[in-house]
Amino acid sequence: MKILLTGARIIDPIQNIDADMDILLENGKIAKIGADILKSAKSKDSGKIKIIELAGMIIVPGLIDMHTHLREPGLEYKETIASGAAAAVAGGFTSIACMPNTNPINDNRSITEFIKRKAAEAALANVYPIGAISKGSTGSQLTEFWDMKEAGIIALSDDGKPVMDAALMRRAMEYAYSLGLPVISHCEDTNLSGGGLMNEGYYSTILGLRGIPGIAEEAMVARDILIAEFTNTCVHIAHVSTAGSVRLIREAKKRGLKVTAETAPHYFTLTEEALQSYNTSFKVNPPLRSEQDVAVIKEGLSDGTLDVIACDHAPHGRTDKEVEFEYAANGISGLETSLSLSLNLIQNKTLNWPELIAKMSANPARILNLPKGTLEVGADADITVIDPQLKWTVDVQTFRSRGKNSPFNGRQMQGKAVLTIVGGEIKYALPSLKL
Amino acid sequence: MKFEKKDILGIKDLTVDEINLILETAESFLEISTRKIKKVPTLRGKTIINLFYEASTRTRTSFEIAAKRLSADTINISSSTSSVVKGETLIDTARNLEAMNPDIIVIRHSAAGAPHLLASLIKQSIINAGDGAHEHPTQALLDMMTIKERKGKISGLKVAIIGDIEHSRVARSNIYGLSKMGARVVLAGPATMLPRNIEEMGVDVYTNLKDALIDADVVMMLRIQLERQKQSIFPSLREYSQHYCLNRNNIKLAKKDVIVMHPGPINRGVEISPDIADDPSYSVILDQVNKGVAIRMALLYLLTGGGE
Ligand SMILES: [Zn+2]
Repeated sequence: MKILLTGARIIDPIQNIDADMDILLENGKIAKIGADILKSAKSKDSGKIKIIELAGMIIVPGLIDMHTHLREPGLEYKETIASGAAAAVAGGFTSIACMPNTNPINDNRSITEFIKRKAAEAALANVYPIGAISKGSTGSQLTEFWDMKEAGIIALSDDGKPVMDAALMRRAMEYAYSLGLPVISHCEDTNLSGGGLMNEGYYSTILGLRGIPGIAEEAMVARDILIAEFTNTCVHIAHVSTAGSVRLIREAKKRGLKVTAETAPHYFTLTEEALQSYNTSFKVNPPLRSEQDVAVIKEGLSDGTLDVIACDHAPHGRTDKEVEFEYAANGISGLETSLSLSLNLIQNKTLNWPELIAKMSANPARILNLPKGTLEVGADADITVIDPQLKWTVDVQTFRSRGKNSPFNGRQMQGKAVLTIVGGEIKYALPSLKL
Repeated sequence: MKFEKKDILGIKDLTVDEINLILETAESFLEISTRKIKKVPTLRGKTIINLFYEASTRTRTSFEIAAKRLSADTINISSSTSSVVKGETLIDTARNLEAMNPDIIVIRHSAAGAPHLLASLIKQSIINAGDGAHEHPTQALLDMMTIKERKGKISGLKVAIIGDIEHSRVARSNIYGLSKMGARVVLAGPATMLPRNIEEMGVDVYTNLKDALIDADVVMMLRIQLERQKQSIFPSLREYSQHYCLNRNNIKLAKKDVIVMHPGPINRGVEISPDIADDPSYSVILDQVNKGVAIRMALLYLLTGGGE
């Protein structure tokens, strides 16, 4: 099956392409990219090619979200690998990496294989499992990195349960580095954050909610940078939320250390002020921070300190969120709003198109060593088509994700993925799109 | 003036006019408590539910007496949040209670914002009887009523609130209320008991008790909770009381006619030395209890459409 996408603007940061061109997909790969494919294709073998007219649209390498929680095995009422993958393609993501904090935890080959099998059965987005750093993510004993690598993990993380033992983190980074696996660090000193519910500051004070100080994140960012430097290994900092973390990472990069970092749309879109109504849909970890933090996060995206936008997709059931703020689960079901929220960064001049697309495709592919994130001839035909003008309103009831927990419900958006192609096959198309 | 609010969730949401209306209404109810037959038929046929997720004999009793003096029917529901009981229970309970069609639900809960959750779910009036470290509006109202009676005014007074501000809903509600009514509020406590950016609430903050006491018209001592010692909020009661206990000596720094308040129950010798706590020329603590009933009567009355 051949597909020809024509009439759109193509942006591929890796190839430095930003032009009106056609692209031909064949046998799951990108066969041709150029200005005049349509004419020659029509004359040669019209009929055998599905031609999709995409005037006004933007074609980019399939988007990659390197930080999601798919909840299966064990917490299927929140999400399954199939529903999470469906949410991914609906949000324009052709590949996602899933964190190991399932039940049981993905800390051994059999769970990794289970996730791979479920993802293959769903046959929607590419799903890349992330293995746990420590057995049961309890922070005491390393898991079998090598074995899990052979089963298909692409990174290691104890996301949600930060590795408090610096010596264990050092060993993890050394061992993982020798295997070519990145370590993704959820930076939170749990002694400093203990029992905290929101950013510590004026709002936590007036709301009477225990605060999580910015330094709970920054202390561990600093620690992991020091370990990376001392051991000459690499580390990827997950969900950066504070100005101080941006400063530390910026300095580390300036000194040539192998440190990369991501932030999530809610950290450049929302502030702690939103918590004044005790609305639990705004409860995330790390917590929403101050206006000043948001400004510095945007600077960090703009100057390249923050390499990646990943939404930390954290779907929950109603009963996890419809409770007192103190008892509510952390997280946002983000896959279906991430791209649209990120497009705001273009509108508010934080990033240009190629920069944004790189942070959502080429950069996560590079960090995770995935052969993805580009439209080069011969690459996998993973493609996202964006309508940058499309106005729509978020309605959680239409989410493919089982998690309807979104603080963006009801929000007016501009720009959306309208067509998602994975391995040359259409996995999602906006119903109104003429195919 | 008609009282427009559906709920009393916090002093933060009240206007000066609303606070004055509540205080004036409470004053008119004060007299009932001095009668031989302490009961009026005002709320006959109304049902009030006291939903207490946190033990508090004093506050619950005060609400119950207030309701009974107005001839309302009261139901007390006590529940514990100490076990695995979680918020789903609150929502289930709320929906069940709503179906029984009470007029007012009074809620006390250890989780900040729980009354707001309840208020967003059900149509009946909610009174916050204390939520976590957030607000305790009826306490602040009774404190303001006590101050107003003793001092003839609130505006222009210097009020010192001393102790564990971080964990105190009484402090937060009083900061809002007293500031709105024109008082100058100063705080003092060990740095570990002063929450971040508290000065943005418009208060002066000291770590030394003496600095806060200078020329104070009112001193409000907060209760120290022993379990905070484990969280390293303070090293020992001994050291705390040596530096933050109000006594004959340091009270001289305040105005001569200073009044001493405490939301109770007092740890005698920790927050206030016994001789001050029991000295009627300073202590208005029993007065506070008395005003508490009147304030709660006023709120029950206003929320059920009284004053229309
Ligand atoms: Zn995390």
